[in-house]
Amino acid sequence: MRKLSPRSVLLGLAAPVGALVFALLVCAAILALTGKSPADTIDAMATATQRPRTIANSINSATTYYLAAVAVAIGFKMKLFNIGVDGQYRMAAMLSAALAGATFMSGVPQFLRIAMTIVAAMLVGAAWAGLAALLKVTRGVSEVISTIMLNAIATYLVSYLLNPARLAQATAGSNNISTRRIDAGGQVPGLPYPGSTSKVFGLIFLAVLVGVLYWFVLSRTRFGFELKATGLSESAAVASGVSVKRMVVYSMLISGAVAGLVGMPQLLGSSYGYALDFPPGLGFIGIAVALLGRNHPVGMAVSALLWGYLDNTANSLDVAGIPREIVAIMQGVIVLSVVAAYELVRRYRVRAEQQEVGRALGRTKTLEEVSS
Amino acid sequence: MRGKTTGLVASLLAAGLVLAACGSDTATTGSGGTSSPGSTGGSTSPAIKVGLAYDIGGRGDQSFNDSAARGLDKLKADLGVEAKELEAAAGETEAQKEDRLRQLAEGGYNPIIAVGFSYAESVGKVAKDFSDVKFAIVDDFTEGTDTGANIANLTFAENEGSYLVGVAAALKSQTGKIGFVGGVNTPLIQKFEVGFTAGVKATKAEATVDVKYLTQPPDFTGFNDPAKGETAANGMFDAGVDVVYAAAGGSGNGVFKAAKAKGKLGIGVDSDQYTLPSLTDVKDVILTSMIKQVDVAVVDFVTSIKDNKFVAGQKVYDLKAGGIDYATSGGKIDDIKAKVDEAKTKIVSGEIKVPEKK
Repeated sequence: MRKLSPRSVLLGLAAPVGALVFALLVCAAILALTGKSPADTIDAMATATQRPRTIANSINSATTYYLAAVAVAIGFKMKLFNIGVDGQYRMAAMLSAALAGATFMSGVPQFLRIAMTIVAAMLVGAAWAGLAALLKVTRGVSEVISTIMLNAIATYLVSYLLNPARLAQATAGSNNISTRRIDAGGQVPGLPYPGSTSKVFGLIFLAVLVGVLYWFVLSRTRFGFELKATGLSESAAVASGVSVKRMVVYSMLISGAVAGLVGMPQLLGSSYGYALDFPPGLGFIGIAVALLGRNHPVGMAVSALLWGYLDNTANSLDVAGIPREIVAIMQGVIVLSVVAAYELVRRYRVRAEQQEVGRALGRTKTLEEVSS
Repeated sequence: MRGKTTGLVASLLAAGLVLAACGSDTATTGSGGTSSPGSTGGSTSPAIKVGLAYDIGGRGDQSFNDSAARGLDKLKADLGVEAKELEAAAGETEAQKEDRLRQLAEGGYNPIIAVGFSYAESVGKVAKDFSDVKFAIVDDFTEGTDTGANIANLTFAENEGSYLVGVAAALKSQTGKIGFVGGVNTPLIQKFEVGFTAGVKATKAEATVDVKYLTQPPDFTGFNDPAKGETAANGMFDAGVDVVYAAAGGSGNGVFKAAKAKGKLGIGVDSDQYTLPSLTDVKDVILTSMIKQVDVAVVDFVTSIKDNKFVAGQKVYDLKAGGIDYATSGGKIDDIKAKVDEAKTKIVSGEIKVPEKK
């Protein structure tokens, strides 16, 4: 761990804050070019913060995004790109929704029922990710390719199963189709948020727990060390006795299990069934949030909140007559500029450290020498 | 190395996000702005403020949402209503839909129209909290979810209209092979398919219907991807199909393009697509269209409120009520019009019962 000096904290913050400011400037320019007022936009977004419902919804979105980000980050730490979080959570949410809503579950005590649902989701997510892991260690198939393909297969499998003849049921007069509704005995109660009609997902605690475990396992256990070591240098890891194949399988399984949790707050706290309109694409948001938060448990929480806030102000922008797409543009620019900013800060830091060493040795290198 | 790969992923991702934003941006120009009240014909009563929440795609989707938008434009011109149009984003949650309707209600918009079945739950919830505001939901009537004293459920008998174009397809097909291209495999589009197949079979028992859905939910791009429509239709034409019904929103353009290239026929959906300016290039292959008059439903609903004649509950727009019809523009079915009209009369009288589900 890096020592926490005021300077390193400042440098750590410089990248994300700088990127954010840059993204705001780019968006302001785009707005101005299209004839919309940047000031109105900021005003609309600020007004949205004063609405308790927007805050509650932002926290709820962030809860989901955070889980997705952690799932992705586990892979990232190993330099595994689990693009399949999307398919993993959809499979998991669909199958565990069918389980939780099944008639035989209504006799099961609430706590046990929720626990069973969550464990089922984790198992499904892990199994779906496990396929990619298996292909990688036995056949050397890149997990990027296999998980993308598994996403497509998941889409078809879910829509095959989401059929009245199988795991879903049709409601008269409705054009939607959903798994059997999870009754009150299987739901996770929300936490009331003052002044808001939306409640905060009860499973926000699950997201916090996952974040704490992620931090603990990575920085305080041997497994976490081996995981990071494999990610940093595979050959060095092998030399110190780490089985890379085993690590690939473990990290994909854990990543998949966490991916399985992604749909849970929404399913058990709001939707109570997997329907056609269950939010898709959360896995990809997870990738963006993990990048923005640099795979750091707190960093990802902050970026999940930012992402959730941006998404939930879109309606307010629309009402104010500002195209809601500006939110997506802002998110895109933030990711792009944050990566550029991290690289700039990293170079600056290396240079500063080298100069410091040089000073300590009584000699300051020239810029050319440092950068070569 | 590490920085490099992360950077690569980031740039791909960012590019994707920006492209996604640009892509949907073109479809939404014109949404979001408050329209000017227009002239209210000297009447002293304050203009009606209509709130309209679109489904994904919004104004400019050349299909379902646009049909609702047409109704709104007519209301603006005829009644001088004020309107606020908001649009759904792909991948949003129930809470965000609910928030959209609440913002409209809080902004003093009354009535509020929700376009699309995915608003079912949110309309039910918000209508309960705003009992003075009248709501309408298009395409859904679920007892206990979106029913209430201040909710009108505007539903359509798409299967009946699809039956009629099925009759036309069967009569016009020379090979006896007919195609159906559905946008997204959902119960709603299956209703089109079932009606269409019934119409074909009732007219020519030995004819076959080749069915293809462009995407599976939650991938709803099948409603707005002409390239996918073109590929699917080409496959059908190559297999001997000579008439394809495109129940696929904006993807239908691709079907017509393929039909034009191969000298075959297509059937339009939702609007009288022969008359759409955006389809001028391919209109000569459009045999007929199944018309689903969401615009009529929107106009009816708002007018009923203006006249204090609001009725809660389901209002079915079918052949009988004139909410569903088939198009004759272009004159391609003039020779068989009598037969199609015969089927129409029988459906209206109840002699023919068109199935809704497989």
